[in-house]
Amino acid sequence: MNYLYYPGCSLGGTALEYNLSTISLMEKLNAELVEIEDWTCCGATAAQSVDQLLSLVLPARNLALAEKMNQDLDILVPCSACYLNLKKTQVALGSDKKIKAQINDMLVSEDLSVAGSLNVRHLLDVLSRDVDVADIRSAAGNKMDGLTIAPYYGCQCLRPFTVFDDPESPKSMDPFIRATGAQSLDWEMGGQCCGASNASTKPAVGKALVGRILEAAEGVDAIVTVCPMCQMNLENFQKTRGRNANSSVEIPILYLPQFLGLAMGISPKTLGLGLNLSKNTHLLTQMAI
Amino acid sequence: MNFEGVIKKLEDKDKQGIQEQLAQVKNMVKTCIQCGTCSASCPNIEFMDISPRKMWRMLLMDRFEELFNSQSFYYCSTCYYCTLRCPRGLELTNAMSALKQIGSRLKLKHFRSSALFYEAFMKNVRQYGRVREMEMMTRYMLALKSPGQSLSYAPLGVKLLVKGKIRPELPSMGAGKLAALFDQVLDHESGHESNQVSEQILVQAQEG
Repeated sequence: MNYLYYPGCSLGGTALEYNLSTISLMEKLNAELVEIEDWTCCGATAAQSVDQLLSLVLPARNLALAEKMNQDLDILVPCSACYLNLKKTQVALGSDKKIKAQINDMLVSEDLSVAGSLNVRHLLDVLSRDVDVADIRSAAGNKMDGLTIAPYYGCQCLRPFTVFDDPESPKSMDPFIRATGAQSLDWEMGGQCCGASNASTKPAVGKALVGRILEAAEGVDAIVTVCPMCQMNLENFQKTRGRNANSSVEIPILYLPQFLGLAMGISPKTLGLGLNLSKNTHLLTQMAI
Repeated sequence: MNFEGVIKKLEDKDKQGIQEQLAQVKNMVKTCIQCGTCSASCPNIEFMDISPRKMWRMLLMDRFEELFNSQSFYYCSTCYYCTLRCPRGLELTNAMSALKQIGSRLKLKHFRSSALFYEAFMKNVRQYGRVREMEMMTRYMLALKSPGQSLSYAPLGVKLLVKGKIRPELPSMGAGKLAALFDQVLDHESGHESNQVSEQILVQAQEG
C-alpha cells in the first residue's frame, strides 16, 4: 500500500496539522507516501475563476511530475480542493484529446508532458476503500467509547465526481468513527457547504453557512473534517457566531486522521493537535490522553 | 461602470473575445428547462439578488446588462449540488465559473474584491509556485485599500502567526517560478481563442 503524495499549499501552512496527521496515520497503517517532487499549486478555486485553460494546466504540471516518478502508484490528496482540481484534469486528459494536446503544448515550457494515466484519489477514498477498518478497531481498543463525533465531508471530495461515497448522503466516515468506539452523529449537514472561499471575501456568507452546521452539531464532542478549507471555516467562525447569537458555541474541530490517530495511540504532538485553532484540551482530557 | 459601458470601451479584439466566451457559456445552459432545481439546491441563494434559474434564462435571452449588474454568480461557492441534481445534466457550476471568468476579465466594479483576491492569489502562484498565504493576503489587503475590511482579518491572522501556520517571508523578485508557464497560457489564450470558438460554432452548425 504505497502512494504518490500531493500535499498542496494549505498543508504547508494553515493546515500543517492535516499534513502531520495524514503522514503519521498512513505510516501507522503501513502505507508509504512518496511526495511528488517539485509540486506546485493546483490553482485552487482562483484559477477557474480567472482562466479555464490555466485551471487545467496548473494541476497537469503536477500529474506530469508524478508520472515521471512512477507509473503504477495512485496519487493520494488530502485537500478536497486540490483533489478536485487534479481529478478534473485527470478526467479531461482521459476524455478530451483536443484539451490533452492543448495542455501538453503548454507544458513544453516546463519541459514536461502528461498522459493522465495515474489515478487521483482523496484521502477519504483511500481510507474507505484500501484500509481495513478492523486494523483501526484493534489498534483503538474502544478508546473513544462514550464520545459522539459529527462527520463533516464538505463538498468537493463528494461532488461532482462521485467516486467513493453517496454525494447526497455520505456515510464513508461512519465505520471509521465507530471503529474507535465512538458514536457517529447521524445528521444531514455532512455534505453541506461551509461557504468555501466566500468566507474570505464575503464573511457574512461564511458566518451564515458555518452557523447552520455548528448549530446542527451542538452537543457533539467534536466534528471531524477532511478538507483544510472546511476546517478553517468551521474553526474560525464559531466564536464570531457565538457572539452574534449571544451564546458561545465551541466545538473542537479535528481532521479525521487526527481523530483516528489519537484513537490508535499516536501522540497529540505528532498529530499537531496544538496547531488547531479550536480548543481541544477538554476533549483530550475526556479521551484520557 | 455597467456592462454595456465596459464592453463599449473595449478594443475590437477583446470585445470579440468576451462575446465568444458568452456564446460558450450560453451553449452550456441551452437545454435548461427552468425547473429551478439549481435554485432550490443552492446554499448561497439567500445572498443572491437573482436566482440561478433566472440567471440561465437571462443569459439565454441576452439580457447581459442585468445579468452582470447582479453579483449572484460571485456568491457561488462551487459546492456542485446544482450540477449533481440538474435533471438535464448541465454543468451549472462550470457555467458559474465561466461567468466569473468574464466578470474578472471585464474588471466590473462590484466584483472588485473577488477579482482582487483572485489576482493576488494567481500572482503569488506565478511567483513562487506554491501559495505563500501571508504575502498573498497582505497584497490582497493592500490592493483592496480598505482598512476596515483588512482589519477584520487581523484576529485570524494573529492566531495563525502565533501557531506558526503563516510566516513572514521576504518577497523574492526574480522571474517567477511559474512565469514561463503562465506566459505560455496567456499567449495561447489571446492568440487562439477565436479558432477554438469558431471550431465549436462549426460543430454546432453541422449538428443544427
